[in-house]
Amino acid sequence: MSDQPRRPRDAADLTRRRLVAGTAAAIGLAMLDRGVLGQAAAPPVHSRPLGRSATAVGVRAPNERIQRVVGGALHEISMTPLQDLHGIVTPSDLHYERHHAGVAAIDPHQYTLLIHGMVDRPTVFDLAALKRFPAVSRFHFLECSGNGESAYRNMRRDQSPQLVDGLTSTSEWTGVSVATLLREVGVQPRATWFLAEGGDAGLMARSIPVEKARDDAMIAYAQNGEALRPEQGYPARLLLPGWEGNTNVKWIRRLEFADRPFMTRDETSKYTDPLPNGTARMFSFVMDAKSIITFPAFPATLTDRGWWDVTGLAWSGRGRITRVDVSTNGGQTWSPAVLQQPVLPKCHTRFSFPWKWDGREAVLMSRATDETGYVQPTLAQLRAARGTGTRYHFNNIRAWHVGGDGSVTFRVDG
Amino acid sequence: MTRAGILRTALVAVAAGAPAHVRRADHRPGPPAHYALGRPAATEEIRAMDVTVMPDGIGLPAGSGTAVQGAAIFRQRCARCHGPTGVEGPFDRLVGREPRQGFPFGRDASLVRTIGNYWPYATTVYDYINRAMPYDAPGSLKPNEVYALAAFLLWRNEIIADTATIDARTLPRVRMPARDRFVVDNRRGGPEIR
Repeated sequence: MSDQPRRPRDAADLTRRRLVAGTAAAIGLAMLDRGVLGQAAAPPVHSRPLGRSATAVGVRAPNERIQRVVGGALHEISMTPLQDLHGIVTPSDLHYERHHAGVAAIDPHQYTLLIHGMVDRPTVFDLAALKRFPAVSRFHFLECSGNGESAYRNMRRDQSPQLVDGLTSTSEWTGVSVATLLREVGVQPRATWFLAEGGDAGLMARSIPVEKARDDAMIAYAQNGEALRPEQGYPARLLLPGWEGNTNVKWIRRLEFADRPFMTRDETSKYTDPLPNGTARMFSFVMDAKSIITFPAFPATLTDRGWWDVTGLAWSGRGRITRVDVSTNGGQTWSPAVLQQPVLPKCHTRFSFPWKWDGREAVLMSRATDETGYVQPTLAQLRAARGTGTRYHFNNIRAWHVGGDGSVTFRVDG
Repeated sequence: MTRAGILRTALVAVAAGAPAHVRRADHRPGPPAHYALGRPAATEEIRAMDVTVMPDGIGLPAGSGTAVQGAAIFRQRCARCHGPTGVEGPFDRLVGREPRQGFPFGRDASLVRTIGNYWPYATTVYDYINRAMPYDAPGSLKPNEVYALAAFLLWRNEIIADTATIDARTLPRVRMPARDRFVVDNRRGGPEIR
């Protein structure tokens, strides 16, 4: 028994032994190199401490302390740090949150999606069944329709892009096309609407036109390559590209088809838009084209004159962004920014505008145009159309004031 | 023979002369109409999950309640968030008819939207309380309690009498003051700002 030679238990053990042997050899060489009898030589300039081992799950570099800002009386929102991000994809753990009854904890093994109402075959799908359908993956933004209120009223100079517009994020979403599920259950021709109901404590529910389901709606179970985050609706959510965040019902548990809308609280009392003419718009699903400069923006400071990259995000719920114009003089003149690839429909689009700062005061603005020819309105234009009492869809042009000292603040005078 | 028919015949002829694996590729089927995934939903199962109440009253359960009954439940279950009379908060104000004239919410950001001055359908009061309230224990109210709370809130908003009984028959008939204020979205993209 004890005379068995000890063998490496596994490949890792073997690797460790080789490393130890190798290290001993290296030390020996180093002793030779510095001359065993002579003085110690200074370490070579390329000397670096050995790095740490691989880990099962990575973490951000210690200096990268980007985080959401949590808000709301019930801590029901958190905002994406737009000023700290690059490109178009929002890291999943920084995707904005808005929930109406807390983050639901759903057991994926117990999860089901019921589809019923005006369908030929009322059906229950578990998560495994949903994943057996052909998967689709698309990059889309989500945006709370209340995003940007502080660019419309109660504006503050000391608000960052995160506090102005942090209720929008972009992810790659993967799931099953709702159109596929409609064929599977045999939705009847009379059905024109469906109720999308979440499995959160408050059973959040919205009525959705069937055309959207036939177009590009998705039951998403993955985000940026992995399962949805709990706060994004784990294990599955409705995704309605380009439509206000509230309709993208999380923890989706039930789709009920009918020939009319259901008139839930969140499509009557909330998420409607009273207009100056004494009416209120309902079912205002689509998020109009919008953009915001994320640098330079409060609290950043321009430390020197010279070239800076004015950059930001533009998006439209109606399709692709076709151009973004930037003004450095408060909207008197505009110049086209470069749109970084990829430019995808109903997705954040990154724009870039090289700007040589001359050290004088400036007012930076961005203005998005989408493929329908819609041009992001000024605050005055939007107020004329919607009135001052509106609560949602704040897509007016935002402006940043650059002081002679390089400080940047949100411009509050429209 | 039509041009498409000729083309189809020609393709079949070419495919027939091709090696087997090429022929298979040429005839690869498209996606099926049905994947036969999931399982049939049982009627009982649907009933257990389906809490929907529609504006015409479909989905309302048996039961009833009055404002007097609702006042007691409101004190116990609702007042902590919505105030003793549904006005004081700290969370959503539920009661109030001001402004009495017009519907100036689009012009005045200071106006508070209540059940009485803004909600277009009385059935939504039942549906929402039943789904989501009270905030700390949603789903814990029985139908009679939800009817009673709906009656209390409709009475406090001066829409029904304090003696009215609210049930599956009477609730859909309650006409809300803001019923005709709502219009469909007319935004269509393009150059116009709406």
